[in-house]
Parts: sequence; structure tokens; C-alpha cells
Amino acid sequence: MADLKMAHAAATKSGAATPVLTVQNLEAWYGESHVLHGINFHVNAGEVVTLLGRNGAGKTTTLKSVMGIISKRTGSIRFGDQDITRTSSDKIARMGVAFCPEERGIFASLDVRENLLLPPVVRPGGLSLDQIFDLFPNLKERLDSQGTKLSGGEQQMLAIARILRTGARFLMLDEPTEGLAPVIIQQIGQTIARLKKEGFTILLVEQNFRFAATVADRYYIVEHGKVIDGFANSDLQANMDKLHTYLGV
Amino acid sequence: MQALYAQLLVGLINGSFYALLSLGLAVIFGMLNIINFAHGAVYMMGAFCAYFLLNVMGIGYWPALIIAPIAVGIFGMILERTMLQWLSGLDHLYGLLLTFGIALIIQGVFQNYFGSSGLPYAIPDELKGGINLGFMFLPIYRGWVVVFSLVVCLATWYLIEKTRLGANLRAATENPTLVRAFGINVPRMITLTYGLGVGLAALAGVLSAPINQVRPLMGADLIIVVFAVVVIGGMGSIMGSIITGFALGVIEGLTKYFYPEASNTVVFVLMVLVLLVKPTGLTGRATT
Repeated sequence: MADLKMAHAAATKSGAATPVLTVQNLEAWYGESHVLHGINFHVNAGEVVTLLGRNGAGKTTTLKSVMGIISKRTGSIRFGDQDITRTSSDKIARMGVAFCPEERGIFASLDVRENLLLPPVVRPGGLSLDQIFDLFPNLKERLDSQGTKLSGGEQQMLAIARILRTGARFLMLDEPTEGLAPVIIQQIGQTIARLKKEGFTILLVEQNFRFAATVADRYYIVEHGKVIDGFANSDLQANMDKLHTYLGV
Repeated sequence: MQALYAQLLVGLINGSFYALLSLGLAVIFGMLNIINFAHGAVYMMGAFCAYFLLNVMGIGYWPALIIAPIAVGIFGMILERTMLQWLSGLDHLYGLLLTFGIALIIQGVFQNYFGSSGLPYAIPDELKGGINLGFMFLPIYRGWVVVFSLVVCLATWYLIEKTRLGANLRAATENPTLVRAFGINVPRMITLTYGLGVGLAALAGVLSAPINQVRPLMGADLIIVVFAVVVIGGMGSIMGSIITGFALGVIEGLTKYFYPEASNTVVFVLMVLVLLVKPTGLTGRATT
């Protein structure tokens, strides 16, 4: 436990940073099965924070709990200065939290344009369609295609693009590189880097550690429904051995 | 030949009601995952609403065409808020039983006060009379019912398939959790969808009042055929319900001309055949 506190302190080097998201002692259940057993972490404004961990550790559940999709949750989730532990997911979205799910969630009964325009604009300052097409030129040519007719990479771009329109400044991306070709992964990495430069705050879940290392400021390790460690990107080399043990790579 | 055209017209009129009702059932099933057995009862309520408006408040057919669907739609939304919403996530069977019970209660209450015989509802003056088309005599009201139903069906199709609101609805049918996580108030959308489906049934009830009279069991008789129509067409597609509704009305009409003995069973025979060959219905998609 003391280790973890130190890790937290080390992780947040700039003392003046303002937390956008603070999760304390989060527990969550899928029906009867207890999945999260006390998750603690925070994300500061403008940071890219990555949750690492093995399959089934509870990373996706953590994102879904923050988004309000998992209704059976306890502990404390604060977004900015508001407690959102008991808030419904549509209201959380309206506060400026955007979620890009692991399965991408492209709608088969909607064409690309409809998929792109589906999430409502929650506040001003979102990307315009022109800016989105600038980031993802492929989408512009496929506007009238059925959403699920796109390639995996294009679907992932669409899934990211549609939440950039909404004006949300805090993005949660669940395994955006899963199953994609290296050239597409590179493009998504560049997009995340650009978003970070523009001041977005991003919480990322990744299995692909090599990819995470190119964009993340800090890491948390999730295991058996708990955060067991955390460190900054600058301490990555020093933590490599531990990381290999945690992830079993 | 005259008789054939007359039966075709009857078929088209029945088809209009089938289409309006099965369209509402399909929309409700898509969004709520509930097989709305109360659909016949709300159709009947639409007709009674028009009857009350005329005989109690002196409000005629044209305003009733708007007021009745809205009033019955609001009744439907109250049902959804107070009862149906608690069934989300449960097996179809619960929704079926609940709505079947609701239908029995509504029909029982109306039967208690109005008996089983029909109450007359006059055709509005503007639509009285008929036109001789040369090959047949067309009563204007019947022509109006067919054309107006078709327009309403196509407008509903347009609303769902071609507008932003419809895109929200289609997306929420596929993945309500994610749509809600985008900031869309899905529970409210579900309530409004139920209101829309019920309102369409009530509209069919108003249209039917001058033709079939106003009876507490008018919906109970019709709904069995409508469910067969829905099974044949499949729950998956809006246009599918509209086309199947009209087509089966016409097939029924033709059967009445060529082989009257089978006219009451032809829809069910078709249902059996379709179920044997394509259990999801002609336009339906398999659900997991």
C-alpha cells in the first residue's frame, strides 16, 4: 500500500495539476459477480493516462463504471468537481465525457454519416466535420456506406471521430488498436498525440503496451479488479522488469 | 368483374389497417422488445375516442383524426412509464402476458359499459358518396382510408429511415446502452416510441369507425390476423411491415372472390408456409 501511495506521488509530479477524473475505492458488479474490488486512480487535465493489465483484470469495467454503463457500482467517481458515482450515463455524457467502446459500436442500421452525427453535441468547441475529415480522410469518401461495411480500421476511426464532434474534452478509449494493421495503429497514435496537443484529456485502455508507450504520460496497472501500481512514462525504463511480470509478456 | 374489384377494395382497406397496426407493433418490438398484445385494445380505444369526441363533446371526424391518436398515445406512454418499463431485460413472455392482461382489462371495461354490439359512427359529410370509376363504384370514404393510411405509413417510414430522430431510434434499437452513453435520453425515447406505435393503432381505429362501427371487441378480432401478418412479414423492417400489411389484405380480398370458403384462413395458411420456409419472416432478421 505504501508502495502504491509512492507510485501515485511519483506519478503526479507536477503538484499544481488539476484532476479531471478522480476514482476512489471503486467497486463494481456484473449482476452477482464482483468485478472491481477497489480501484483508485486519477487523471489530470491534458494528460494521457493508460490502464494496463491482463485480459479480465477489470480495465474495461473501470471505463464502463466511470461512464455510468455499469449501474451497480460503489465508491467515489468525481468528474471535475462533480460526484458522478450515481449519475446515469446520458447525464455523464452531457457533462463532457465521451466513450469509445472496445467493440467500437458502429451501428449496422446507420450509414457512416448517420453514425458520425449520432452522438449529440454536448458543448461548443467540438471538431467540425471538415476537421474530422482532415484527421480521417477515408471517412469522407465512405459517408454513404453502411457503417459496418467499413474495414476494421475505418470503423475504429469512425468510432473515434464521432466522439470528437461532441465537444467533450475528456475521452475514454477502450483498446483503440485491437486487431488493426500497424499502419492504422500508427495513424491512431498520431491522432491521439494531436488530440493531446490540443488539450484533450484521455484515459486509454491498452493491451498493446508498445503502442501505449508512444502516447501515454502515466500508467496504472490493473490486476484482479484493483490498481496495484502506477508510474510515469519517464520512469518506464526503471519499471520495465515489474511491468513484464505484471503483464506476463 | 365488379365483384372482384369490390373485393380488391375491401382487401386494400383491411390491408391499410393491417399495415398501420403491424407497423406500430414492429416499431414497439424493435425498441421495447415487447410483443404488444394490447395493440388491438388501443386500436379500439382510438375508435371509441372518436365516438366520445363526437357524441359527448360535439367534436367531429377531422379533429378526432388528430386528437384521438394523441390522447390514446398519452395513455400508452403512461402504461409504459408505470408498467412496461419494469420489464426491460426480461424474457418476451413477461411483456406478452402483461400486455395481454392489459388488453383484457381494457376490453372488459368497455364491454361492461357498452355491451358487444356496435355503435354507429357516421362518415363525415365531405367524404360521403362515391365515384363511378367506369369499372367499379368507389365509395369516397374507402378510397380516403386507403390513400391516407398509405401516406401515414410512408411518413412513418420516412421518419424512421431518413431523419436524425429516426437514426437515433434505429441506433437505440441496436445498442441502447451505447446510445445512452452518448448522452441521448433513451428511456424517454422508449416511452415516445411506445406512444407512437399506440398512436398509429388509435389512428387506424378512428379510420375504421365509420366502416366497421365502434365495438369493444373490434380490436380483439383484428389483432389475431395482424399478428399473423407480423409473423409473415418479420419484425425486422418498417417497409416490410407496410408492404406485407397491404399485400395480405389484397390476398385476403382475392381469396374472397375466388374461393370465399378460405378467405378467413388464407392468412394463417400463408403464415404456416412462411414459418416452414423462413422462420424469421419474409423481411425479418434473425436475432441472437
